[in-house]
Amino acid sequence: MNLDFKSGEELLALCKETGCPISAVMRSREVTLSGRSVEEIDSEMAKNLETMKESVRKGLYEPKESVSGLSGGDAERLMHRAEKALMGEDMAMLIASSMAVVEVNAAMGRIVAAPTAGASGILPGVLLSCAKKHGWTDEMLLDALYTAGAVGMLIARNASISGAEGGCQAETGTGAAMTAAALAELSGGSPEVALTAAAIALKNVMGLICDPVAGLVECPCIKRNAIGAANGILSADLALAGIKSLIPFDEVVTSMKNVGRLMSADLKETARGGIATSPTGKAIRKQLGLNEE
Amino acid sequence: MENFGLFEIIGPRMVGPSSSHTAGAVRIGNMARKIAGGEVKKAELTLYGSFAETGRGHGTDKALCAGILGLAPDDERLRYSMLLAQEAGVEVTVIFSDETLDHPNTARIRITAPDGRETEVVGASIGGGNIRINELNGMNVEFSGDYPTLIVRHRDVPGVINHVTLVLAKEKVNIAFMQVFRHVRNLDAYMIIETDSPVSQEVCELIQSWSEDVTEVRSV
Repeated sequence: MNLDFKSGEELLALCKETGCPISAVMRSREVTLSGRSVEEIDSEMAKNLETMKESVRKGLYEPKESVSGLSGGDAERLMHRAEKALMGEDMAMLIASSMAVVEVNAAMGRIVAAPTAGASGILPGVLLSCAKKHGWTDEMLLDALYTAGAVGMLIARNASISGAEGGCQAETGTGAAMTAAALAELSGGSPEVALTAAAIALKNVMGLICDPVAGLVECPCIKRNAIGAANGILSADLALAGIKSLIPFDEVVTSMKNVGRLMSADLKETARGGIATSPTGKAIRKQLGLNEE
Repeated sequence: MENFGLFEIIGPRMVGPSSSHTAGAVRIGNMARKIAGGEVKKAELTLYGSFAETGRGHGTDKALCAGILGLAPDDERLRYSMLLAQEAGVEVTVIFSDETLDHPNTARIRITAPDGRETEVVGASIGGGNIRINELNGMNVEFSGDYPTLIVRHRDVPGVINHVTLVLAKEKVNIAFMQVFRHVRNLDAYMIIETDSPVSQEVCELIQSWSEDVTEVRSV
């Protein structure tokens, strides 16, 4: 059996053939391709999970200002409003947790890129918050990270996960798609439902540009992780409700890639467009002593 | 179509804020330290392109410094690396250059070892924490550091390649990629050999002791 699946369709075929969920197929693929044992890769993944937990905790309870001074403490602010939040306490905490990780990242703390540092908040923030509410064990969360990894790998392979190549849709869009698929599997959804959730998440932010103020991974990245977290859980719920994606996952991925190609380089991480070149964005750049483009 | 491993998607574990400007910079520094032989007395770090432009905000200078001190990309002491260097008695100079090189995220690292020997490495951070070493003591080279790498500096004369590969064959080290670089016939040359398993210090010494034509052997 060839475990090196190259598309969502091939992944679903493997799941069907083996009767296994996406996480199990992805685990076998990694063992086959890396030549490492199941125990080795599980222990590597467990380290990632530990680092994720630590980054959420630090961002929420020990907030620090970033090196530039542009960010820090917003996750804590939202957490303090969580009980009164219009979106409900659970949702507010889930979003605060996601923002927390990216704030830790901006303050030169330790995070797990998932799939990138700029989009590192969505997956841990959402998974760990939901785990608390639903009593998901670490073992279940590890499986979920494999599922998320499968979706991220397919997008990286067939489109891109880099802001410089595909804009923010490729970073926080992928983070949300990975999260949506992981949540769907954790909630008992079939592999088809998981990929539907991922497809919906990618479609929701198709065309989103990467326009970091002063070229730094802070503004708007931290808030883009907030909306990315909402996108992830929303897409999972839509798919779990039986709502279909008219366009299949693989075609959505290809469309995202094509949109990335059409996007001007000014809108892909170069800080030459979007809010990065707004009068305030430019002023901040100057104030930080960075050269003007 | 490029293939990705699981831990390129969920990972790396790293100190932020940027996989290219921070984690990749640490790895370039790590590589320069190893190529210089593992001990650093003095280091000059020059940042180019986007490294120079947004390096301060991304901690690229601190990351390069952490790298030459041997810190890993996920070591939280990274933000205090300049202080650590001072404590360790390593003299570090940082230069933000406005010169443009081929790749936007490029750093040049000049290391002086305790014995006075100088090593100069130019590396680029090409995304997701991955790097390419482009220049070694003025010679254009190309390797990623993803594999155990054997760097052999030698005189460009017949027989050296044969000798090196023979030693590796005897030690059952499988070669994944191999490249030879030189400026001028008969003079200084480099062999970059990426292997599936690491090459031990003993094997390095075996290669080095063969002839005067081999001037330096490093396993990184």
